[in-house]
Amino acid sequence: MSAPDRGEPEARSETRPHLPSSGFTNVTGGPPPGAPKLPGSLNANRRLSQWLAFHADGRVTITPGKVEIGQGILTTLSQIAAEELDVALSRVTARAAVAPEAPDEGVTSGSLSTQDSGSAMRHACAAARGIFLQVVAQRTGIPVEDITVDDGIFHGPAGPIGSYWALADAALLDCEAPAEARVKPAAARRIAGTSVPRLDLPDKVFGAARYVHDLRLPGMLHARVVRPPSRGAALTALREGPLPGEARVVRGGSFLAVLAATEWDAETAAARLAARAEWAERDTLPEQAGLPDWLREAAMRGERSEVAARGTPPATVSRRLKRQFHRPYLAHASIGTSCAVARWQGEALEVWSHSQGPYNLRADLAKALRIPDARVTVRHMEGAGCYGHNGADDVALDAALAARAVPGTPVRLLWSRAEELGWAPFSPAMLVEIEADTDAQGRLLSWRSHIISNGHSSRPGRAPEPTLLAASMLAEPFPVKPSINPPMAGGGGAPRNGVPLYAIPHLAIETTRLLEMPIRTSALRGLGATLNVWSIESVMDELAEAAGEDPLAYRLRHLEDPRAIAVLERAAELANWAGRSKREGWGMGLGMARYKNSGAWAAVVAEIEARERIFCRRLWVAGDVGETVNPDGAANQYEGGAIHGASVALLEQVRFDRRRVTSDNWDAYPILRFSEVPEVTTSLIDRPDQPFLGAGEAAMAPTIAAIAGGIHDALGLRPRALPFTPETLAAGI
Amino acid sequence: MVQFTLNGAAVTLDIPPDTSLLHALRGPAGLSGPRFGCGTEGCGACMVLVEGVPAYACTLAASACAGKSVTTVEGLGTPDAPHPLQAAVLAEQAGQCGYCLSGILVSAAALLAKTPDPDEVAIRAALDPHLCRCGSHNRIVRAVRRAAREMAA
Repeated sequence: MSAPDRGEPEARSETRPHLPSSGFTNVTGGPPPGAPKLPGSLNANRRLSQWLAFHADGRVTITPGKVEIGQGILTTLSQIAAEELDVALSRVTARAAVAPEAPDEGVTSGSLSTQDSGSAMRHACAAARGIFLQVVAQRTGIPVEDITVDDGIFHGPAGPIGSYWALADAALLDCEAPAEARVKPAAARRIAGTSVPRLDLPDKVFGAARYVHDLRLPGMLHARVVRPPSRGAALTALREGPLPGEARVVRGGSFLAVLAATEWDAETAAARLAARAEWAERDTLPEQAGLPDWLREAAMRGERSEVAARGTPPATVSRRLKRQFHRPYLAHASIGTSCAVARWQGEALEVWSHSQGPYNLRADLAKALRIPDARVTVRHMEGAGCYGHNGADDVALDAALAARAVPGTPVRLLWSRAEELGWAPFSPAMLVEIEADTDAQGRLLSWRSHIISNGHSSRPGRAPEPTLLAASMLAEPFPVKPSINPPMAGGGGAPRNGVPLYAIPHLAIETTRLLEMPIRTSALRGLGATLNVWSIESVMDELAEAAGEDPLAYRLRHLEDPRAIAVLERAAELANWAGRSKREGWGMGLGMARYKNSGAWAAVVAEIEARERIFCRRLWVAGDVGETVNPDGAANQYEGGAIHGASVALLEQVRFDRRRVTSDNWDAYPILRFSEVPEVTTSLIDRPDQPFLGAGEAAMAPTIAAIAGGIHDALGLRPRALPFTPETLAAGI
Repeated sequence: MVQFTLNGAAVTLDIPPDTSLLHALRGPAGLSGPRFGCGTEGCGACMVLVEGVPAYACTLAASACAGKSVTTVEGLGTPDAPHPLQAAVLAEQAGQCGYCLSGILVSAAALLAKTPDPDEVAIRAALDPHLCRCGSHNRIVRAVRRAAREMAA
């Protein structure tokens, strides 16, 4: 798949050269002063040998810092490498990132992996090819222009004159990448731009041991955490008693875990231990029923800031529309639970983890364990699908704490479903207030909005204190700071996609970040876009209706961006929007956004059926990710994002009482099932000469908007709160 | 001691009798295909076939399988000799993270064994106990249809 990472973006170092320790950066290092700018993550990780290596047996290994989270990035990067090196794809192996060995590419998030890592890999491989050809040219006297490369073999006019493999040991890549590299023109590409099959899928189809969950090290013990019964609960007493399988208890502050030789014993012991633990509990959560009121009230004590401003308020206004939209907390709801393996050897800690950011996790583990970074190694292994900052980092600290009790012994710690749905960071509840003004012809004159939310990132590795869950439960606990938002240059957090893409003379967008965080929040696919795109598109629909115009035509007359226009027209064409007919109980709606206003474009038409509840029956999705490295992979990401969006739109909300998250099982936090999933038709506009843009997050928010439009078309009411269940549709906001 | 047939071979596992089949398979039996997802029959990640019928390995006691035949995704086929469903999932690129696929594949195999030419509604109904978060559902349904065609040919 092309560019398909998911989660949250971040600013890159070149846009924020002087970062505070709590700031956002994709990389920890940076180029030396005055050094030429190199593409993507190569700029801060400049040694070619960090990115790729040739082997005498005819293989190439690439070592990106971005990680596989189910999006297919290792396939994409392998294609790019094979292309630029002129070797068969089957010769390329992508190795999982290890901190501190791999290039530090920060977090695999924000749909930035093809941009950051793909452009780096392309340049690094083109540079490597150039270096090898120079050496061969010098040795043979044949000019570089007369040498071709065919599956790694160098050919001169008279035949083979060498290969990558013959020169594999020559340390030719122990150098900084040159600023100039002859990257192939789009027309010459044979591997990049084709739908090669996912390299990781065969293992997953045959049940091979590929996930961190499957790692089995000699002598490994199994661990489980005994969670507090509620948030903010403190462990006050633990009654003694026998445990099965010689299970061993690890206790520190309010962190409680058990270790046993088998998973069965660990789980049985954890259940017994839970019954023997006493906790001091208190109310820490707001009333769920009054969540919008709580957001408004907490915003008064929050941090208000300007997101975007342009133009001056209009002198005369014909129509003013004022609307509010709300969404609840959302869960990641991965099918696998978070897992890590940890082993202490003396003072050194080794962790196997499905974290999105091995270096960031390493930094926070060191802080939480109060040891130097240099003693921690984080080895990435795949986990179940990752859609943002879930429990992957948290469980790594849990495993490290448990393993500290048994030096030299590897410990595998697996979260329960209740932990996964109840204790991982959530995407924050939000409220947005919009006022839009038009002239007598319905033309937009002014757009003002206020976006209220907790911050959308508490990712590790960025703040002075660790953000890992157990860090706040230790005997010497670390404080839990309210989440922050990535800067708008990196796509923003709560205000992501809060600035309409439409041509509007006067804009005033503000956001308030809450400074209290009863429920820990962080990045989930789309961040604030899941509310912002829908709210903007809903207001556009309503203004179109007021102007007596078709929603498509109304959008088009407010758009100047040709690629936005192209995806809207493509989606409308796929869905036969112009020829749609009205059926009782059915409706069609439209949604469009450019992710982060700087990434990939997506337009979606949804067809819904209103029965005892709302069903989304069909989605037509048009996208534009610039150059597409793997068209089928990118389409897969758009499809997946659209279905994720439909699930969020129709079903999902985190439920809680004053003390605990109660939606900690699949019955209480349902997601779309096979029988409820809409048919999805996807069409991507390939632009081989345009830069890569990530595919993972683009389709989700426009899908929610399109479903809302379809509900209005079917029922005549405009949703004001997610999810679009009979209860919220009846209640308004 | 619990004895049963696992993927066609007799196995004897030295486990406490109330151990779940999932822990027995992932532990002493050394398999990784059956996956833990929830432990409460809510997601289907652990699904295996017992006497050809889909069963949640997370809640089933291993001892309940004594003398029976248990099939996991590893028992459907291998890279050299894939089950038509495994080949079809690869052909349709019907997966992203892949965590749900082990369970889905065995349920689909049970469906095709009973109903060689299921329509889309029947496929979706058979797979409804399975959750997929990546949104690969439609590709998976296409893969089941493809496998049904291959098996009929």
